[in-house]
Amino acid sequence: MLARFIILEGLSPKTISKVGGLHQMVGLPEYGFAAVARDSVQCLPECNSTNKVGASFETPCGRLLIKPADYVEMISSMKPNIWATLADEVPAWVSDKRNKTSVDRTVRWLDECIALSSAGGAVFGSIVGGPSVEERERCTQEVARRNVSGYWIGGFGLGESMDERPALLNAVTAILQEEKPRLVCGLGLPEEVLQGVAAGIDLFDSEYIYHLTLEGFALTFPLGGVGVNVFSFDPNNLGSDRSKINLRATIYRKDTSPVVENCSCYTCQNHTKAYINHLLNVHEMLAQILLEIHNTHHYLKFFSSIREAIKAGEFEQFRKRFIESRRDHLAVAAVCV
Amino acid sequence: MALRFEVLGRFNRARAANLTLPHFLCQTPLFMPVGTQGTIKGLTTNQLEEIGCQIILGNTYHLALRPTSELIDELGGLHKFMNWPRALLTDSGGFQMVSLLHLADITEKGVTFQSPVDGKPMLLTPEESIQIQNRIGADIIMALDDVVKTTITGPRIEEAMYRTLRWIDRCIAAHKRPNEQNLFGIVQGGLDPVLSYAIGGLAGGEDKDSFWRVVAQCTAALPEDKPRYVMGVGYPLDIVVCSALGADMYDCVYPTRTARFGTALVTEGVLKLKHNVMADDTRPIDPTCACMVCKNYTRAYIHCLVTKDAMGSQLLSYHNLFYMMKLSRDLHSSIIEGRFPQFVCDFLRKMVVLYAFFSLCHIHHVISVVTGIFVYLRELSCWGQGMSGSMIVFVSIR
Repeated sequence: MLARFIILEGLSPKTISKVGGLHQMVGLPEYGFAAVARDSVQCLPECNSTNKVGASFETPCGRLLIKPADYVEMISSMKPNIWATLADEVPAWVSDKRNKTSVDRTVRWLDECIALSSAGGAVFGSIVGGPSVEERERCTQEVARRNVSGYWIGGFGLGESMDERPALLNAVTAILQEEKPRLVCGLGLPEEVLQGVAAGIDLFDSEYIYHLTLEGFALTFPLGGVGVNVFSFDPNNLGSDRSKINLRATIYRKDTSPVVENCSCYTCQNHTKAYINHLLNVHEMLAQILLEIHNTHHYLKFFSSIREAIKAGEFEQFRKRFIESRRDHLAVAAVCV
Repeated sequence: MALRFEVLGRFNRARAANLTLPHFLCQTPLFMPVGTQGTIKGLTTNQLEEIGCQIILGNTYHLALRPTSELIDELGGLHKFMNWPRALLTDSGGFQMVSLLHLADITEKGVTFQSPVDGKPMLLTPEESIQIQNRIGADIIMALDDVVKTTITGPRIEEAMYRTLRWIDRCIAAHKRPNEQNLFGIVQGGLDPVLSYAIGGLAGGEDKDSFWRVVAQCTAALPEDKPRYVMGVGYPLDIVVCSALGADMYDCVYPTRTARFGTALVTEGVLKLKHNVMADDTRPIDPTCACMVCKNYTRAYIHCLVTKDAMGSQLLSYHNLFYMMKLSRDLHSSIIEGRFPQFVCDFLRKMVVLYAFFSLCHIHHVISVVTGIFVYLRELSCWGQGMSGSMIVFVSIR
C-alpha cells in the first residue's frame, strides 16, 4: 500500500533516500512499516494487463506497469521494516490457465526480487493461487522453499465469497512453517478478520477503516464479543447492524454522548456525536480526523481482545459469541416489526 | 462588564497587557484565528492549545445557519459544543453584508439576506444579532454595524456611521448577559463611548497609507484603558505596525486560508510549497521554527501533500498558526522587556528586503509600506540602526 506514495504523490525514490527512508519522510520514526504493492483504495491489481514483464495496477494516474527491478528500487529507497515481493494477483473468477500463470509468475518474480535486493528489511514471499486449492498449495510449497522471513498472502478481498475462503486460507497455512509470520491483504470486516485468525494469519492489512471514515461511519461493535443484551434493543437502531453508526444521521444532531461510552480514544474523551454530526454537515475535515482516530482505536482494541482470547485459550468461544451476537439483532428486529 | 484589561508595559503607543476574559487570561497583542463553523480547518482543540491560541473567532452568520444558535444554546453554548476551554469571540454577522452585498438589503430595521441554504429571506436586526450571540455564548460579542466598503465615497459613509451608532445603542439594550459576555462596539468613521472598541470596515481593499492612518487616528482617540481590536488584519507586517500604533487584538483568515493554497508563513515572508523546486527540498519549512510540523516533516513531503491530500493543508495551517501565535507572544514580551524597537527592526530587516526583490508587482505596496515605516521609524528612533541599508534600496526603486 505504500508504493502509492511514490507513484502518485510525486516523491522520487532519490528524495526519499535523501531524507533517510519512509519513516523519516512520513514523520513516524517509531512505527514499523510494511510495503506491499497493492492498495485497495488507489492501486488495484489489473490482472488483464499484467504480463510477463511486470504487474499492472489501476491508479488515479492511469494504468502503471511495475517491473520487479523498479519495485525493488523503490523498496530500497523506502527502507521499510517488511516488504512483500511483487505478485501477480488475480481475482477468483479467472480461468484456470490464467490462475496457473499467476502462480508461475509470482514465484519467478519472488526470485527476481530477492536476487535484486540488497539486504535490509524482512522479505515476505508472496503467495497467490486464486480460487484453486491445488494452485494455492503449489504456490505455497514453492515459496516455502525460498529463504524468506514471512509470507504475504494475496488474492483475497477481490470479490470472492466468504464461504470459500477458509478452505483456501487453510490450504496455505497448513503448509507454512509455524515460526514465520503470515500477512494477508484485503480482509477487513471483523468477521473476516476472525476467519483469518482461525486459519492462522498473524498480520492484516485492509482499507476497511478508511472507507468507513470517509462515509461518516464510526465503529461501535462491542469489543469483548460478549454480546448485545438482546432485551435492551433500541427502536432507533432497527435496521442498523450494531457494528457501526453513521454520524450524518439526523438523530445525532443533539446527541451529547460520545461515539462509544467508556472508549478511551481522543475523540470519545473530548467530543460528542452532535459535534461530529455538525462537522459532517458543514463539510469540515475535522470530522474525518476525529472519526479516523476513533475507528483506528476501536479496531486495534478488537485485535487486542483477539490476542487476549487466544492467550486464554478461548478463541473459538470468542469467535462464536461474536458472530452470534451480530445475528441476534436480526432476531430481535424480526420479532418487533 | 466581564473583562479586565491591565496594561503591563508600553513603548510609545504600543502596549502589552493582560486581558482577563471569563474563560481565559489572554496576553495582548494577540492574534485570533478564525474558526468559522465551530472548527479551525482540520485542527483539533488539543492542537490549538499546543500552538498557543488564546481566543478563537466563530462566525455568527454561519453558526446561525448550521447548526443554529438555538441548538448550540440547548447543548450548553459553543465552548461546550466544540470543547474549547479558552476564549471565544463571535462577530455580529455584519461582515457578510459586505461580502454578500448583492443579496442584501440594508434598512434602518436591519439587514435582509437571502439564505444560501434554502433561499428564504433572513432578517438580521441588531437585536437579533445580539440574541444569537447571547445563545452562542462567546466571551466577546460584536455589535451589529452598518458596514460599507472603504472604497465607497459620498453620503453613504456618513449614513452608515450614524446608523452604526444608533445600532450600537440597540445592541446594548438587547444584550441579556453583560456579566458573562463583553460587547465590543465597532468604530466606523466615527467615535463614541461604548464598552470596548473594534476598528472595523478596514482590511477590505483600501491602500495601506490610508489604512494605517485610520488605525493611528482611532487608537489616538480611543480610551487607553480598553482593548482595541482591528478586525480582519492578518498580514504579519500589518500586525506589527498596528501594534506599534496601539492596537491589541487582530483576526484574519489569512494564515489558514493561505495554508490551503500551499503557502507557509516564514521569517522571510512566505514560502510557496507548491513550487516544483520544493519537490526535492528536504529541509523543514522553517529551520528556526520550533513547531511540530517543522520538527517532523520536510518541504518535499508537504509539497506532495498540498495538492492531493487534505492533510497537507492541515500541516500548513498548524505551522502558520504557530507562527502567528509566536508573533503575538514576541510582541507582548518585547514590549514588556523594553526591547520593542529592536524586535520591530529585526522583524522588518528580515522581511522587507524580500518584499523588494521578490514582489515586483507589489512595488506600490512596498513603497507605501516604506512611507509608513519612515514615519513610524522616526518615532521609534531606530532610524540609524542598520535599517538605512535596506531603505536606500527602496528609494532607488522609487
